[in-house]
Amino acid sequence: MIEIQDLTKYYNDFCAVDHISLSVRPGEILGLLGPNGAGKTTTLRMLTGYFKPTSGQILVKDLHMPEHTLTIKALMGYLPESAPLYHNMLVYDYLSYVARLKGLKDPARQLERLHTLADLCGLSGIMHKPIVTLSKGLKQRVGLAHAMMTDPEILILDEPTSGLDPNQIAEIRSIIRQIGQRKTVIFSTHILSEAEATCDRIVIINKGKVVADDTTTRLKQGALQNNLIRLALKGPDVKTACQFLADMNLNLSVSALTPDMEDQVRVEIQGPPDRDVRSDIYLKIKETDWIIMELTKETQALEHIFQKLTRENT
Amino acid sequence: MSQIKIIALKEFKDYFISPIAYIVIALFLIVVGWFFFSTFFIYSRADLRDFFALLPMVFSFFVPALTMRLFAEEKNVGSYETLLTMPVSFVHIALGKFFAATLFTCTMLVPTLSYPIFISLIGDLDWGPVAGGYIGAVFLAGAYCAIGLFASALTRNQIIAFIIGCALCFTLTIINRMLFFMPSEIVAVIEYFGANTHFANFSKGILDTRDILYFISLISIFLFSTHLVMQEKN
Repeated sequence: MIEIQDLTKYYNDFCAVDHISLSVRPGEILGLLGPNGAGKTTTLRMLTGYFKPTSGQILVKDLHMPEHTLTIKALMGYLPESAPLYHNMLVYDYLSYVARLKGLKDPARQLERLHTLADLCGLSGIMHKPIVTLSKGLKQRVGLAHAMMTDPEILILDEPTSGLDPNQIAEIRSIIRQIGQRKTVIFSTHILSEAEATCDRIVIINKGKVVADDTTTRLKQGALQNNLIRLALKGPDVKTACQFLADMNLNLSVSALTPDMEDQVRVEIQGPPDRDVRSDIYLKIKETDWIIMELTKETQALEHIFQKLTRENT
Repeated sequence: MSQIKIIALKEFKDYFISPIAYIVIALFLIVVGWFFFSTFFIYSRADLRDFFALLPMVFSFFVPALTMRLFAEEKNVGSYETLLTMPVSFVHIALGKFFAATLFTCTMLVPTLSYPIFISLIGDLDWGPVAGGYIGAVFLAGAYCAIGLFASALTRNQIIAFIIGCALCFTLTIINRMLFFMPSEIVAVIEYFGANTHFANFSKGILDTRDILYFISLISIFLFSTHLVMQEKN
């Protein structure tokens, strides 16, 4: 559906996107993850034809970007970050303007589509309100209706849930999942749980480069296999604790973390992939007079991968 | 073509949604009406020559005020991104906005049609120069709107867009009153650049292709420059 090859964007000397290559299959929900300033928005802006890439190629349904920009734009629905809309217009006027620009000119069809979108995005009660009076969540929904106007094959959403309250986030997510059953959706976020809950595939970007690209399930499995354990102890100092764990001969790699309390030691232990070493650690520590404050297996797999990948490159 | 029409109609309606249209039209009529009629009865001449002589100067302040928001506001609010990612090209956007602004400036002139009607009642008015003057005013409005649009495309700050627009329009307006500062060899060339000279021909009732061509060139040059700026900024 979408092929991105060696996409690069420079702002003067600053490289915002550095040779990104991606391919998105039809019907896939792709999450573009990355810390702030990683290049997510720039990538999406190039994909939607708003920015011209410094170099690289974009192909959408075998159509090349600069030559067929108008056709490609017609295939896509795009919701920019924080949904910038015309503040002085009424929601209805705005949406019918968008409909006309997107080629939905027949008044009857236009009205029918506006009704469908109003139901889908929950806009029925606010159609005749000026956009400037709407809350952020409502504006976001108008933006979403804008993006879905012509029922496009590809939907691109830039941080669709940023700045919304938990209820609104849940609503927007359910809309995305609903659309994602039939459409190709690409959305960017820096909220991991969101990507985990919504996406089929996750691409992590850091400093303009792709640092991970896999299905959500496989990324999670990969992280869980690392068998990461967090241990917090009261009693020993960091050095003694690390030495103690190393002496267990279980092939553990131990790294110290910043403790929550001053009188504690907190470490991260990477165990062998095929064995849960928590019982061994517990039994060994039982022999001492140290107190175990925490002994947990890492379950927030994506968060860990994200932190690891985005920190390694800083 | 239809994309241009949709954008133009939206932008034109936009003027009337906010108070801008009403304030600008009222202010325009007060300024023009005052300056024109304050001397009209002294000369007791039944023509609109003084009214048309005022227009280039008045337009060079009013038109940039109307066009300053066209791009600058969109860029500032961010809706420019929403607009550009819809199936429209730079040409559609630039032309749509240009036609909206020109149409609005012409709308601003509509109430002034009462002047010739009123004058024809009290004196023997020659309608030729009046018709010529209004045709010229449309060309002048178009040219200044293209300049204002270009100024607006340069920046996201409306005030800067207004100042740049004013500076350019004002220069074109007063350039032929500055001729005595210029070396005599280039006076003719500089004079040709001034909008005032060309507009004055229209208001005498002369429809000269040179004048029409001048305004069309001015419009084309600034619309093309707007297009270049839009491309360059992306």
